[in-house]
Amino acid sequence: MMSETTIDKKTRRFAWRLSELRLGRAAVILVPMLWLAAFFFIPFLVVFKISLAEAVIAIPPYSPLLQWDSSSAYLTFKINFGNYLYLFESRFYLDAYLSSLKIAAISTFFALLIGFPIAYLIARSGPTKRIILLALVILPFWTSFLLRVYAWMVLLRKDGLVNDVLMAIGIIDQPLQILQTEFAVYLGIVYTYLPFMILPLYTSLEKMDLNLIDAAQDLGAKPYQSFFLITLPLAKTGIIAGCLLVFIPAVGEYVIPALLGGSDTLMIGRVLWDEFFQNRDWPMASAVAVMMLIVLVGPIMYVRNSNKEVE
Amino acid sequence: MKQGNSLTLKFMSGAGFVFLYAPIIAMIVYSFNDSKLVTVWGGWSLKWYAELFRNEQIMSAAWVSLKIAFISATLASVLGTVAGFVLSRMRKFVGKAMLTGWVTAPLVMPEVITGLSLLLLFVSLENMFGWPAGRGVMTIVIAHTTFCLAYVAVVVQSRLASLDETLEEAAMDLGAKPASLFFLITLPLIAPAIISGWLLSFTLSLDDLVIASFVSGPGNSTLPMVIFSKVRLGVTPEVNALATLMIVAVSIAVIAAIVILHRQSRYNDVNK
Repeated sequence: MMSETTIDKKTRRFAWRLSELRLGRAAVILVPMLWLAAFFFIPFLVVFKISLAEAVIAIPPYSPLLQWDSSSAYLTFKINFGNYLYLFESRFYLDAYLSSLKIAAISTFFALLIGFPIAYLIARSGPTKRIILLALVILPFWTSFLLRVYAWMVLLRKDGLVNDVLMAIGIIDQPLQILQTEFAVYLGIVYTYLPFMILPLYTSLEKMDLNLIDAAQDLGAKPYQSFFLITLPLAKTGIIAGCLLVFIPAVGEYVIPALLGGSDTLMIGRVLWDEFFQNRDWPMASAVAVMMLIVLVGPIMYVRNSNKEVE
Repeated sequence: MKQGNSLTLKFMSGAGFVFLYAPIIAMIVYSFNDSKLVTVWGGWSLKWYAELFRNEQIMSAAWVSLKIAFISATLASVLGTVAGFVLSRMRKFVGKAMLTGWVTAPLVMPEVITGLSLLLLFVSLENMFGWPAGRGVMTIVIAHTTFCLAYVAVVVQSRLASLDETLEEAAMDLGAKPASLFFLITLPLIAPAIISGWLLSFTLSLDDLVIASFVSGPGNSTLPMVIFSKVRLGVTPEVNALATLMIVAVSIAVIAAIVILHRQSRYNDVNK
């Protein structure tokens, strides 16, 4: 806080001394602002506009909202709410949204369950061991997402390693159908998004004051009591951040259900993809995207606000 | 205090690490498998690596992807550094909250939405202004720059937040102009963050399937698009070889970065 005000004072002093500096400052602010407005914000408005159009067989495959007919001098403004009506009327889309939310929520829960002990262990390790373990967590995050999903395709096949091992130890005597099931989708999401869970958890656990646990134990708290009453509440910000970083992208996931899921694994990202690439119904795909954004806007805003706090 | 060393914790996190690494290790081992049936062991062999380098479709897609990744990472590093700097060093300005939102939202935005929205933007722009004419490398570069920019901005922003501002203040007191202050003092201090942002952007761009599928044009398939179309039809041994090469390259880079950073931090500790 203190240093920010000094910077402020100095920035102001410079701005006052040379007015051209003010221009320079505006230019510096405008560069990323204009880029993000053009290629991040405006595209959403375009999606919204096209979600109100009608699919037609043309290039591009949607009807214009405004049309000027020069022979009759009619300006027609046509908005089509049909796509949205259809979204609500058809069970298919509703099921896809609900099933995506369910799959994302369950996967997030398991990522938390697996990620927490790892983050905890790293946060309590000595400096050298900590760096090695952190590297082990970050390494998969840097290697190709697509190839990590593919790795599970190899493992989960009927003649794959997982089935071989399960049969060798005698748990099953027939190879299981694991690939192309919803279970494989859970596995894929937990696996690929685990680093996103572990890193924020680690950050919040690392900041924790260990004296608190010592104090609690001196006062007679059992390990599980100090865990639930001290560690968990103090790790809250990390838990929320990690869960959102897994949950939000998982809702719209396409690659994992496409490669690991069966044809009956319904996820909204996949529905959008198929509307667009298979049916070439761009307005419908846009309406699906708009609805997905409306569902996710709350969690996304939350991530934004927590980022502002860090700042 | 002893809580951190309990056996259960070690077992649970050990199992977690096994879960993280087992698939990667299995894929590496299978890449040396002589048998065409990916999951049946037929002895050690390098033949899939030879096949991989003979596969022109994969090689040319890899070249396209490397080009795109290089340009996008560089553009994203410049724009992301500016964005991170603006957000952490500029006092309140109109639209700061909006910019914060635009910088963080791409990090979690589902890729299908980003991809679709950018494609529709490009198509509408082409309809209205005739630019961009068709889609290809340039549209993919714009799309990748936009989402990589966000990663660079966040990395740079957090580096700036942890930075001691006395150096910058001293330079200002000595009369440095803002431009020279930035290039002579701030930039060298945040260089490690920019470099890691560049590397992260490079790998993210190289890896992106969904956004590229939306905004690419015919004849401009990137490496992930080719891999995806191959593995959709089933398991392909050449992809195991490709995956192994990529994992080895990334591991070397990450380990090198960590060793350098670790040495540096130890050096700093000694000098304190």
